[in-house]
Amino acid sequence: MGHWMAWARESALALALALAASPAAGAEAARPAGGPGTKAEARPEVLVEAEAPPFSEGIFPCSSCHADLEKNGTRRELAFHDEQQSIFSHDAEHRWCLDCHDLQNRDVLRLANGAHVPFTESYRLCGQCHGDKFRDWRAGVHGKRVGMWDGPKTYFLCVNCHNPHSPRFKGVEEVVVGGKKTVAPTLTLIKPEPRPHRPEEMRP
Amino acid sequence: MTRKSLPLIEAGEAAPGAPERPLDPARRAFLRTAAAGSAVAALSSCGLDMEDFLRKHFKELSPAELGRVLAKVEQRNQARFGRKTTVRADGPRPGVEFGYGLDLSRCVGCRRCVYACVRENNQSREHPQIHWIRVLEMEKEHGVDLAHSEIYYEAEGVPRPGKFYFPVQCQQCRNPPCVKACPTQATWKEKDGIVVIDYDWCIGCRCCMSACPYGARHFNWATPNLPAAELNPDQHYLGNRPRPKGVVEKCTFCIQRTRQGRYPACVEVCPVGARKFGNLLDPESEIRKVMETKRVFVFKEELATHPQFYYFYAT
Amino acid sequence: MSGIFDFLRGCLRQVRGGRAYQAWVAALLTMIAVGIVSYVHQARIGLIATNMRDQVSWAFYVGNFTFLVGVAAAAVLLVIPAYVYQWKPIKEVVVLGELLAISALTMCLLFIAVDMGRPDRALHIMPFVGTPNWPRSMLTWDALVLHVYLIINLVLVLYLLFKTYRGETYDKRIFLPLVLISIPASISTHTVTAFLYNGMAARPYWNASILAPRFIASAFCSGPAVMLILFQVLRRAFKFDIKDEAIWKIAELMAYAMFLNLFLLGAELFKEYYSATEHLLYTEYFWSGIGPHRALVPYAWLSLACSVIAFVLFLIPGTRRNFFTLNLGCLLIWAGVYIEKGMGLIIPGMTPDTLGEIYEYTPTRMEWGVAAGVFGVGFLVFTLLVKIAVPILVGTFRAPRGAPAPSPAEAAGTIP
Repeated sequence: MGHWMAWARESALALALALAASPAAGAEAARPAGGPGTKAEARPEVLVEAEAPPFSEGIFPCSSCHADLEKNGTRRELAFHDEQQSIFSHDAEHRWCLDCHDLQNRDVLRLANGAHVPFTESYRLCGQCHGDKFRDWRAGVHGKRVGMWDGPKTYFLCVNCHNPHSPRFKGVEEVVVGGKKTVAPTLTLIKPEPRPHRPEEMRP
Repeated sequence: MTRKSLPLIEAGEAAPGAPERPLDPARRAFLRTAAAGSAVAALSSCGLDMEDFLRKHFKELSPAELGRVLAKVEQRNQARFGRKTTVRADGPRPGVEFGYGLDLSRCVGCRRCVYACVRENNQSREHPQIHWIRVLEMEKEHGVDLAHSEIYYEAEGVPRPGKFYFPVQCQQCRNPPCVKACPTQATWKEKDGIVVIDYDWCIGCRCCMSACPYGARHFNWATPNLPAAELNPDQHYLGNRPRPKGVVEKCTFCIQRTRQGRYPACVEVCPVGARKFGNLLDPESEIRKVMETKRVFVFKEELATHPQFYYFYAT
Repeated sequence: MSGIFDFLRGCLRQVRGGRAYQAWVAALLTMIAVGIVSYVHQARIGLIATNMRDQVSWAFYVGNFTFLVGVAAAAVLLVIPAYVYQWKPIKEVVVLGELLAISALTMCLLFIAVDMGRPDRALHIMPFVGTPNWPRSMLTWDALVLHVYLIINLVLVLYLLFKTYRGETYDKRIFLPLVLISIPASISTHTVTAFLYNGMAARPYWNASILAPRFIASAFCSGPAVMLILFQVLRRAFKFDIKDEAIWKIAELMAYAMFLNLFLLGAELFKEYYSATEHLLYTEYFWSGIGPHRALVPYAWLSLACSVIAFVLFLIPGTRRNFFTLNLGCLLIWAGVYIEKGMGLIIPGMTPDTLGEIYEYTPTRMEWGVAAGVFGVGFLVFTLLVKIAVPILVGTFRAPRGAPAPSPAEAAGTIP
């Protein structure tokens, strides 16, 4: 779990850089993350954070099991991870696990060109195919941000709302991962809050 | 209009232009003094608070008077709820025009926004139950059609098949019919776009409620029922301070949060990120990006209210 | 000015009367007591004691207010023939119309007061001590014209009655301009009240240009009905010489106003039913209901029936001149317009509400109680004013010293 905490902090800066960088692949020197902006006119880079990825309990780091297991890249039905396999509906016809998970190192994800991204930056993986959503998400139009409209914000990752193995949105719930509160997608629809009182139900 | 407000707000900000005045102050001052003398004599025996009774309109208060008014509100909160509260009166920031975006392709009708607003803004819980946000369940085959909408929907899970959801709250119109109709100037539009109400000036005539096309204004038909344990102590005079009986209230874009740079409570709680908020004058803001890239419309556009609340479909 | 005290003492003597009168006053005082008890309850727990809610936020009180503003405006139907056309038979009774206007205006202001959430803050709407939203808010205009019209009427009535009491003729230079100003003042009260509703784009049922003309037409056809009945009462009880001609002429003018009222109603119904836009919903709610929501439908048709029958009775000279059918017509038109302009205007304007919700409002008993109290006050004011005015006009109540008691004929001559 200690790895994960360090990565969360690193990802804050990484996210800032990701948002500042142009969409083109290849790192560019981004403006350093500055303090919260108080005026609309001056635009120092706004410090942003990401929510923590909602790992299932005890599943991370993956290498705790996979370091010793055989690395078999053949597409097949797995003996383990039935929780994900049974619901898998992310272009199931063409895609399977190792299109996103790295064969050699299960503690990271892999982009199309084989480059690794940490789980805290999974949006870079999603954004490869879902470029328009990624563009909207960086601008704050898609997905959720909390914090200051005029200052530091926290972005919710794609996976905070979309289960990567069954991405169509159904519901979300608050969970605790590694002692930290975050949000995880559910497989059931959200139950709405109670309906308002009708006017005739209001009595002195 | 920039408030000559308490020193901890807007340090270093220059006031652009004179504040707007409802009436010529010199003439009013003379008449008020004449009226004051007789009124004090007549009414002090009734136990009425003289300073309250002879108070000026909010926009005419000097900083000292405003400070006393805010202190009085805090005292009343203490007496009514037994809790310490902070009541501020931050003015609008220069260069800010708030815009709100609501993504109809995302809202699932969970009503979390309704109740987050209730908790944040200290609304009466029941008898009367006041919700500043009302979520309409609409039918996909009819589109945005009020005659086929339902506010009182109940379900085990949302969205229900064939339905979509249309939340409505104050649209902070640029041409607000409520401000036009109010006979006492108890409601007015601030420079950042928020239409505010001074709950101590409202006479409860409900002209504004008849005039509002969005059903966004709500009346305290009785003394609000607000449990002391659930009171939000971080308050704004024109926003979420507890209201008395017999006055109108409505969404203020969480003025106590947004003037400090924070998102409104509804934006923060929405689980699907359907709510967008920011400064329309900032080209980098999410709301500007929404306006520029999405198909945006306003509710009841034919009434030319020019809201600062925009509905859109992100997909 | 010692005459003033004598006058006031004399007025106090005039308000005593016989059995029937005492019973009437007792009934009114009972109504007022009921009203006070009801209002105290409402003031204590708030307007939640009514059935008004956010969805229908104006209802019974405002409906009554609207109807009564029309009644107040109707005095002009007497003033115009009397002073503009110098028709003597009506000149004798104009002051009674003005007394009706004063009573109706009192009730209007009371209905507004009981409808307000914070009447203790009434100062906020007043000029100089408050911040009235002038000139954009129609309610400030309404407050202004209602008070102006009330003051004009009070001044006219007090001046006229006091002068007559002292056996003096009034000064035309003071009196006539005020009377002539009262005509546009009267029409403006009701026009401004119409504009109050008319200006709200949020309420399509009200947001129709035809609203102000309809208000004037319905005011003129219903307000004077009280006068017609009153004149007959006065002729019997006080030997007040009111010519049949005067009564019939007023009834004839009312007939024209009734026609106009029905015509404008027809015009509105055509527009709504023929164009059949979504705005039809409000009219539909009133006349045929929406789904299971039909609370107002019987009243809509009752109101129409009353108005049409009254129109026929007033139109045909035979029934107009027959006092039985005339009085029947008066009751019918009052009922018809009371429904049409009271609940028949306010409730459909708000049902369905701005978000399409239907909440069916009916008044609570407490609201009836408060309304009874307000009507009690208004009728009591009218009773007392008439009880003082008629003896002055007839000649039996005159200043004690110096002024000779004129004969009724002379009294008829000095009555302007």
